[in-house]
Amino acid sequence: MELTSRETWTVIHGLVLGTLFLLAFGGGLAGLWSLRPGFLTAAGIRERMGRLYFGVWAMALVAWATVITGSWIVYPWYRVKLSPVGDDAYAGCAGATLPNATCSPRDFLKSNVAGNTETWHGFGMEWKEHVSWAAPILATAAAFLVVYYGPRLIGRPWLRAAVIVMFVGAFAAAAVGGAFGAFLNKIAPIV
Amino acid sequence: MTTRHDIDAAPELRELNLADKHDGPGAAAIVAAGIGVFTLGLFTVLAEVSAGIHDFLESMAFGQPVGPLAGKTILASLAFFVSWLILGMMWKDKDPDIKKKFWLGFWLGILGAIMTFPPVFTAFG
Repeated sequence: MELTSRETWTVIHGLVLGTLFLLAFGGGLAGLWSLRPGFLTAAGIRERMGRLYFGVWAMALVAWATVITGSWIVYPWYRVKLSPVGDDAYAGCAGATLPNATCSPRDFLKSNVAGNTETWHGFGMEWKEHVSWAAPILATAAAFLVVYYGPRLIGRPWLRAAVIVMFVGAFAAAAVGGAFGAFLNKIAPIV
Repeated sequence: MTTRHDIDAAPELRELNLADKHDGPGAAAIVAAGIGVFTLGLFTVLAEVSAGIHDFLESMAFGQPVGPLAGKTILASLAFFVSWLILGMMWKDKDPDIKKKFWLGFWLGILGAIMTFPPVFTAFG
């Protein structure tokens, strides 16, 4: 039972960091939701703010780690051109049923050698690789707002709602990336 | 400085004796996030519109086969952090209307996200 280096990085990018992101988002959203007038005592506020600060910054840092490992470590393996022959960019994919040493996942999907797969790249991967980068940006700004205002958000419901919008926006961007990442790794795994 | 957090609505805050804070740094973070996401979307579209911009974005990949995604994401990240720094310094001790700044950041972010949607940016190709 072993994982190759590429499989290990795919697991780190998608499973490990993705799980941490989800955990941090769930905790952070619950914490933000409860910052409402009358919900907490002063002692309760003091007790949970430190945990909330940790959670929102953890989510932001994990989001950066996820997109950086995804774009700069895993993505080059996905898109590398392995065996073009003349004008045929997908010559190495002839007869392939999965990506292999002569057919990268992107070429495999675009070549349609195993069914109608091009849209997985043209829509799924193209959307995932771009919109995912909104997640760390929004999560970082939201984390800063939570730490900067702290318990004052309880007395400013509109601002608290604005932070939640940004926080959920970060999650939505990451969800697109995570969902398509899972599908793409099923249909055209990194090898 | 008047208190912006409503202690009457949330009397539990009275016990915490919180000093009030300027809205400038918060507004700077919100608008900068919008600028960052907008920049991401803008370069995603521009890479389709112009081969020159596509190649310029690709040249920022430090020899890695990342393609133009390298430049799009580096520039978007830079736009976020640099605009945050500049706006943060401009608004450090100020109180801009944070609702207006939120909506500015919100719509910049929405536009940016729309421009990262493949049916939209490929329409410019």
